[in-house]
Amino acid sequence: MRAVSQKKRNSTASQGILLLIILVFCIFPFYWMVTTSLKDQIVALQTPPAWVFEVTFGNYTEVLFKDGVWENLLNSLIIAVCTTFLSIFLGCPAAFALARFEFRGKKDLWFWFITNRMVSPIVLALPFFLIVRNLKLLDTHLVLILIYLTFNLPIVIWICTDQFRAIPRDLDEAAVIEGASQWRIFRSICLPLAAPGVAVSGIFSFIFSWNELMYALVLTRNNAKTAPAMAVSFMEGYNLPYGKIMATSTLIVIPVIIFALIASKQLVRGLTMGAVK
Amino acid sequence: MKGKVRRRTIFAFLGPAIVSLAVIGIAPLLFAAYTSLHNYNLTKLRKVKFIGLDNFTFVLTDPVFWDAMQRTFSLLVIVLPLQLLIGLGIALLLHQPGIGLLKTLTRLSLVVPMATTYSVVGLLGQVMFNIKYGVVNQLIGFIGIEPVNWIGDPENAFIAVAFWDVWQWAPFCALVLLAGLTTVPSEIEEAARLETPSWWIVLRHVQLPYLIPGITAILILRTADTLKLFDMVFTMTRGGPGSATEFVSLMIQRIGFRAFDQGLASAQALILLVVTIVLSQLYIRYFYKEVQQ
Repeated sequence: MRAVSQKKRNSTASQGILLLIILVFCIFPFYWMVTTSLKDQIVALQTPPAWVFEVTFGNYTEVLFKDGVWENLLNSLIIAVCTTFLSIFLGCPAAFALARFEFRGKKDLWFWFITNRMVSPIVLALPFFLIVRNLKLLDTHLVLILIYLTFNLPIVIWICTDQFRAIPRDLDEAAVIEGASQWRIFRSICLPLAAPGVAVSGIFSFIFSWNELMYALVLTRNNAKTAPAMAVSFMEGYNLPYGKIMATSTLIVIPVIIFALIASKQLVRGLTMGAVK
Repeated sequence: MKGKVRRRTIFAFLGPAIVSLAVIGIAPLLFAAYTSLHNYNLTKLRKVKFIGLDNFTFVLTDPVFWDAMQRTFSLLVIVLPLQLLIGLGIALLLHQPGIGLLKTLTRLSLVVPMATTYSVVGLLGQVMFNIKYGVVNQLIGFIGIEPVNWIGDPENAFIAVAFWDVWQWAPFCALVLLAGLTTVPSEIEEAARLETPSWWIVLRHVQLPYLIPGITAILILRTADTLKLFDMVFTMTRGGPGSATEFVSLMIQRIGFRAFDQGLASAQALILLVVTIVLSQLYIRYFYKEVQQ
């Protein structure tokens, strides 16, 4: 009996140690990013790297106000918020139709939406660049807001279709008997009930847009340059300003991690587009 | 209720989304098809000339293209089993009964790698894998390993990129597989545990069937994501040194925007698109049987 409990205690201890290792492994790069952002350039370029050092917020004030990263963060915010609302506005009715109506070609439509999730952005970046250049729309917020719809709209439609499916049909059937139009059913019955799912799809859409680099790199220069594109532009030349790069990175990553933790329960579902419940 | 909705109503709901996706997602592809049939160089736009399928025949016999493809799939073949195994290990560990608070904290920490902006992961890679100032060399120094030139050496750069990819996506696998483990009915699992003390037998015969959907989803999504892989590698190595980490999306970006040969790049992109569509077909076959009818 004692041997058993001893063994049990050992396995709990080893489980605890393993969990701790995983925890440290997952968080360490994040920790390193934040601490490097708080280092003076001289400290950042110490060999071996310093673990204890004098904390300075100089990198933050420098990137935000001298290099104007606040403008890039603002650009990122404008673009991510606009594209998120636009995808919800366009995607929710479509999701409702996919969940509730029967029609020909539904299968092909689903297929098309999934394909959008899989396609490499470089496939669209090439022609989009040429078209946008001819329309003289390079370096505008609008272009990124629109092209981000290619990955946001599918994700919103997917998550929301799931949500609308989960709402019992009796509700709308009762409303139909009362003489309500489909639009009315959508607006007044289903949309409020699906609101949590819609919010989650919005969070996803925001995260994907905020994180995006390739389109931003190709389609913006100064005016609409997003924060990730700006962080990359610090990488040029010798003597990389590590502290500044990591300060910008921290400013980019913190909101995403907060949002991801809020949506952590639905994260897996969203990332696999509903294949894993 | 079926069939009673008028077509006009259906279109009113679906139309805006379909039209906007078609304009943004399909029209550019048609333009790409056009450029792929031309000698379309950004520096010589006055001399755009129709050349038929020359770009495609060039790509299909071009060692650069096939090298990039091979590199992409080599990365996938190395990284994916590691991610699955590590992910499975973490998932099993979290599925065990045990210290509740630590388990919750670990589960939350799994969200951090996958939520970290891909381009920031690459920048962090530059900082942490730096030969002189990097913490990675300091840490391996503690166990007596000499400093390694991670970013500057072709083979090591590939390893560093692979390591980073595992760091970012093994937690994702863990969460997917954990979700699978929780779908095993607890009566069945408990009965099996009474029968045998071996976790391997329980995993193999009881839990595995419930993990298959998750594993298949991971296989297909990770394949697609590796074909898309750009941000992290671009910020970390720019595809270098040489072409050691130039995966297919990076190669197309280089041809299109650094060598300015849009015609050739479009041909490559369209070939990549075909590969992707085949992959998506597989994804649908497995997961959305209900819409297949």
